[in-house]
Amino acid sequence: MLKESLRMSLGNIRANKMRSFLTILGIIIGVMAIIALITVMESATGEVTAQFESLGTGKLTVQAGGTPLKQGLRETDLRRIEQLDNVSGISPSLSQNISVVWQGQLLEDVTVKGNGYAYFRKNPTAVEKGRPLVPVDFDQYSRVCLIDSELAHELFSGVDPLGQQLLVKGTRFTIVGLLADPDVDDVMSQMQAMGEDGSLMMPYTTYMRLFGVKGVTGLEVYVSDSDRTNDTVEALEALLDECFNYHDGSYSVINMEGLLDVMDTMMSLMTNLLVGIASIALLVGGIGIMNMMLVSVTERTSEIGLRKALGAKPRSIQIQFLMESVILSLLGGIVGVALGLLVSKLLSNLMNIAFVFSPGAVALGVGFSLAVGVIFGWAPARKASNLNPIDALRSV
Amino acid sequence: MTSLHETPFFQMTDICKGYPMGDEWQPVLKNVNLTIEKGEFLSVLGPSGSGKSTLMNIIGCLDTPTSGEYILHGRRVDQLDENQLSTLRNREIGFIFQSFQLLKRQDALANVELPLIYAGLSVQKRRQRAEEMLCRVGLSEKLHYMPNQLSGGQQQRVAIARALATNPSILLADEPTGALDQKTGRQVMALFRELNEEGRTIIMITHDVKIAANASRIVRILDGELSEGVVEDA
Ligand SMILES: Nc1ncnc2c1ncn2[C@@H]1O[C@H](COP(=O)(O)OP(=O)(O)O)[C@@H](O)[C@H]1O
Ligand SMILES: [Mg+2]
Repeated sequence: MLKESLRMSLGNIRANKMRSFLTILGIIIGVMAIIALITVMESATGEVTAQFESLGTGKLTVQAGGTPLKQGLRETDLRRIEQLDNVSGISPSLSQNISVVWQGQLLEDVTVKGNGYAYFRKNPTAVEKGRPLVPVDFDQYSRVCLIDSELAHELFSGVDPLGQQLLVKGTRFTIVGLLADPDVDDVMSQMQAMGEDGSLMMPYTTYMRLFGVKGVTGLEVYVSDSDRTNDTVEALEALLDECFNYHDGSYSVINMEGLLDVMDTMMSLMTNLLVGIASIALLVGGIGIMNMMLVSVTERTSEIGLRKALGAKPRSIQIQFLMESVILSLLGGIVGVALGLLVSKLLSNLMNIAFVFSPGAVALGVGFSLAVGVIFGWAPARKASNLNPIDALRSV
Repeated sequence: MTSLHETPFFQMTDICKGYPMGDEWQPVLKNVNLTIEKGEFLSVLGPSGSGKSTLMNIIGCLDTPTSGEYILHGRRVDQLDENQLSTLRNREIGFIFQSFQLLKRQDALANVELPLIYAGLSVQKRRQRAEEMLCRVGLSEKLHYMPNQLSGGQQQRVAIARALATNPSILLADEPTGALDQKTGRQVMALFRELNEEGRTIIMITHDVKIAANASRIVRILDGELSEGVVEDA
């Protein structure tokens, strides 16, 4: 019986191609909008999240301007931060551009940075050759450094830079490693100002001594267990309060993960809002289907009467009409999903973001259109099934 | 009263049907009594507005009487609900309408298959049965013609084939020649007589004495009252 209803419904839809198409246009547009919105939003969210993650999750950024009396964090403060529970290491942002000398050759504009060893733990691929900086380098103020490929290229064409000694501010530094070229996608490294002649990295303890830096105003604190980040932020803030004598506004701690959460919430809020708007299109589409079904019932009054006279039960008439509206709206849903995916693929290409296929959105689109078909087909189907065959046959 | 030993094939006892008209009750059928034997060819003859269609609706199980008892093929029909009436119509009644009532978008075969769908037959059985019926009415060449490609007489034949499809106890025809010219009407009547000779029970409703004369028995209806008539020579 169900198969029969299906056959009859399809036959009727086929017989009214143009009208059927126009009717489901509303559903197509609604579902297309929902799919495109969700997919684009999800792709965009994925993209922004990835950007944020490249900025660093599991990492706290500390801005410590300090007080007029104490500008920035002392080396002892940094040591205490390193000892905090759940802190795997720190990386102060220390850098300046100065000249570097090797065997009488002078490079004027080299970025010299003071880093923590945690930087290398966080980025295992940061070292291309040689070794990273290790805790003992920091404890002993070792005069060791790593150089990037640009500096290596400028100074040592044809010579292995490892083991060579450079003069930085009159002090000899041994090159222990070569830094890998940063990932082009890594926003963080792109943001750092680079000297014209490349850069060089040394332990921050050594850096502070060498340049007589008393206070560090910016640093990153790495967290080992990101589930406990909030506790760590509290502990860190307590420590910083103590360092700066509870002076208001002497520092700020930025938790990237917290930002990410806020952004996620905002994005999903936005998605819901847009989907809500798109649902209006679906609603309108549903009313369109209801209208067409009602017209169809009226047009086919005598057919319904005949079917009933020939033995159709009210139920089979109802199923037939319900089936028709469900098929119509599902058809609209499927076309809408296909178009929606196409549009979102185009949009994400246009916006230069990665297209993320969202099975949830597809399920939502199909589910929505199914629901629309049932809800808006119900009343017309009911009306058809309740037609009195006598009146219906007379209506010819 | 029905005897315990034999259940009648078709028996209407004191059938009344009326409609409320404002505050009043308008009777349309008044104590109709009618018994039909299996294999009879009966004409119900009456002028327009006499209650023929109302009677036909009750006979055809499309409607239930206000009061009275109706037994069809040994079953009481007057108190059945809509679903039971549907099944009964499907099994026991073959409708033939004045205006053919064919589905315009379906070919002859599909039209004849229609009642078989609701009888729950499989696709193959349906097809086979519908073909047989179309052959029976002489349309074996026109299986896939659409109604608008057929003449009026042919369309009525398709309708007759459809009425025969479920092998019902009664063929119930309402003015079957009303939309046909005289010659085609006579052909259709010839087919009716043939079917009757094969043992079909036929009830034909008409206002035309000449058409009614094809039947073996005529009853007259006037203002909702039924009376036994005589077979007049056409
Ligand atoms: N549904 C109805 N409501 C009220 N009156 C009706 C209804 N159906 C039929 N009638 C009345 O019953 C009478 C008989 O109608 P009908 O059986 O159609 O006559 P016929 O078919 O012989 O022309 C008419 O007077 C008609 O007005
Ligand atoms: Mg009539």
